[in-house]
Amino acid sequence: MTLTLTLGHYLTLGAMLFALAVVGIFLNRKNLIVLLMAIELMLLAVNLNFVAFSHYLGDMHGQVFVFFILTVAAAESAIGLAILVLLFRNKSSINVDELNTLKG
Amino acid sequence: MSQTLSASTLLAVPLAPLAGALLAGILGTKFGGNWIGRRLSHSLTILGVLLAFILSAMTLKSVAMDGARFNETLYTWMVVGGLKMEVGFMVDGLTAMMMCVVTFVSLMVHIYTIGYMEEDEGYNRFFAYISLFTFSMLMLVMSNNMLQLFFGWEAVGLVSYLLIGFWFNKPTAIFANMKAFLVNRVGDFGFILGIGLIAAYAGTLNYTEVFGKASQLAAIEFPWYVLGQDAMLITVICICLFIGAMGKSAQFPLHVWLPDSMEGPTPISALIHAATMVTAGIFMVARMSPLYELSDTALSFVLVIGAITALFMGFLGIIQNDIKRVVAYSTLSQLGYMTVALGASAYSVAVFHLMTHAFFKALLFLGAGSVIMGMHHNQDIRWMGGVRKYMPITWITSLLGSLALIGTPLFAGFYSKDSIIEAVHESHLWGAGFANFAVLAGVFVTAFYSFRMYFLVFHGKERFDQNPDAHHDDHGHGHDDHHEPHESPWVVTVPLVLLAIPSVVIGYMTIQPMLFGDFFKDAIFVDAAKHPVMEELAQAFHGPLAMALHAFSTLPFWLALAGVACAYYMYMVNPALPAAIKRSVQPIYTLLENKYYMDWINENILARGARALGTGLWKGGDQAVIDGSIVNGSWKLVGWVAGVVRRLQSGYLYHYALAMIVGVLVLMSWFVTWPMVNDWLSR
Repeated sequence: MTLTLTLGHYLTLGAMLFALAVVGIFLNRKNLIVLLMAIELMLLAVNLNFVAFSHYLGDMHGQVFVFFILTVAAAESAIGLAILVLLFRNKSSINVDELNTLKG
Repeated sequence: MSQTLSASTLLAVPLAPLAGALLAGILGTKFGGNWIGRRLSHSLTILGVLLAFILSAMTLKSVAMDGARFNETLYTWMVVGGLKMEVGFMVDGLTAMMMCVVTFVSLMVHIYTIGYMEEDEGYNRFFAYISLFTFSMLMLVMSNNMLQLFFGWEAVGLVSYLLIGFWFNKPTAIFANMKAFLVNRVGDFGFILGIGLIAAYAGTLNYTEVFGKASQLAAIEFPWYVLGQDAMLITVICICLFIGAMGKSAQFPLHVWLPDSMEGPTPISALIHAATMVTAGIFMVARMSPLYELSDTALSFVLVIGAITALFMGFLGIIQNDIKRVVAYSTLSQLGYMTVALGASAYSVAVFHLMTHAFFKALLFLGAGSVIMGMHHNQDIRWMGGVRKYMPITWITSLLGSLALIGTPLFAGFYSKDSIIEAVHESHLWGAGFANFAVLAGVFVTAFYSFRMYFLVFHGKERFDQNPDAHHDDHGHGHDDHHEPHESPWVVTVPLVLLAIPSVVIGYMTIQPMLFGDFFKDAIFVDAAKHPVMEELAQAFHGPLAMALHAFSTLPFWLALAGVACAYYMYMVNPALPAAIKRSVQPIYTLLENKYYMDWINENILARGARALGTGLWKGGDQAVIDGSIVNGSWKLVGWVAGVVRRLQSGYLYHYALAMIVGVLVLMSWFVTWPMVNDWLSR
């Protein structure tokens, strides 16, 4: 029997990636870079869903959206990494557990 | 409208005493730098009152002779919605008569004060107060609307407060003026409720307009239950207004302030607490006669309250030893008589008695003051006696005043008091039987206490050197080397003589026009079909002389004579008897001694109860509920919620991320499951 890739497979993969990313955010208590990577992974999971649905429905809009998201994600990563560098300069640490200055 | 009543003349009547009061009160006291001295102060205030009196007398003349009337609004203070608040004068027989009485008695008291207050530090202040009082009282009686009436009402209350506490270093005086003020507040509360009801239902405060709507008001039922039954609006209005009169005219049970007000100097006892201010309530009810005529219930209420006051306050006069207090209780009793007359629909009789009473009671009070001066400020009648030969003018005028008070035929008091008794006799209202008994018994009581005082003061053994308290007197004034009484100076005796004249003749002269003539025709309204009292009185009246002669064959005369005879026997012939009677009826004596425990009830039940209620509301309502729960509670609640919620703001990124994801999950489950639930529900 030949393995046919159906929509379900793609969605499952997307969900797994997303779940991995979520777990990555929560399990990671040490490194801010891992956090950024987890966020990227989340976006990729979403992109995968978009592409899968786009192909399945024969609608190109989804793929157009993926490009937008990729662009925004790239910009976002750049900003995130820039913040990270500044943070490290100021605090000499990128340990997530020590970064709780967001509260008022 | 006659030419003789111009607005500016009328305006000058209250403003002249006001000007005097302001000049003496501001420039003559430390407040304004003591610019004017004693002589100028009393001259200015007396001049003001004299001017007011002359203008009042001219007004009375043109009202009585030419039938002049005045009813105009002079100044509009403000207009709120449809309700106009105005200053205006309404002058008719009733007003003109009151103006004359007020200004005349006030003038006498002003002159008398020169002698009486001679040694007092607050001389100028006193003149300022009594002139201010004259102004207030004139505003009250001349008003053409309820608001101005209320203004005058409160202003006389204020001056009364100031004057009772005139000697403000005396704790008893301060207590008395506070008491007077508080008791009057109770009355005024009822009064303003009455005015408020009139304003609410009639939409106007002007007398003429209100009376014009009286019949419409009479048809309205009061929207709330009173004492568990339907009440008519007009009854509630009248009773509310009468509660005001009860406070001001010292009717039971709001009478308690009047005897204590004797703490003030004697001239104001004469002016305010006997002759004029306390009659404001009587005047007001007479003025409102078109309203009272519509409610038999209110009239019965008035009748019974008056009867209780007339009789029971008279009893108290019997056991008092302070000369001023005897006269004060006599005033209470006489005010009760006037109220009874109001209740019997004999408004003109009440006003007639008001007038005669003003003269003879002012006379008696000023006489008492003269005796007090002569006795070097001893007020206890047990330590007087035989004063007659030392103070002949005071003696003869006081005798005339007492004779007028007990209703000796031909004297002023006789005509008014007998008319009241006759009116009550003819009345068929509920409570008239009791009132009839009360006023008849009151005649005996009045005669008894008046002549008890008269005999103790002016006749019998001279006891003034036996007074154990004589040398401990606060007002000792350098005469300590001799104790014999002395006649008062002419400024004191002249007012006595001038008051004694109307006390004797005014009843004889004025009974015909005032009670049975046209004098009060348009001022006092009596529904003759319902309350035919006045008509029956008129039928029985055959001239003042005939009335006096007829009196010898009626009960009141003999009751009065019996009262005098009893007093003579008990205090002149057999002075041991009162003590024996006192011992044999000790419980009654104790009851009277304590004034029926009214003060005790007021202080321990009403005042304490009110304080307890106030404390309860303060602690429970204000501190616990409002401050504790609402004001402080709201910030505490916000603080507590914030304290809980701020724990969510940990500052850790992953916490915020978790919150976002949980939020997404919740929203997703909502969107996914809700259509299904909806489907299932709608199936």
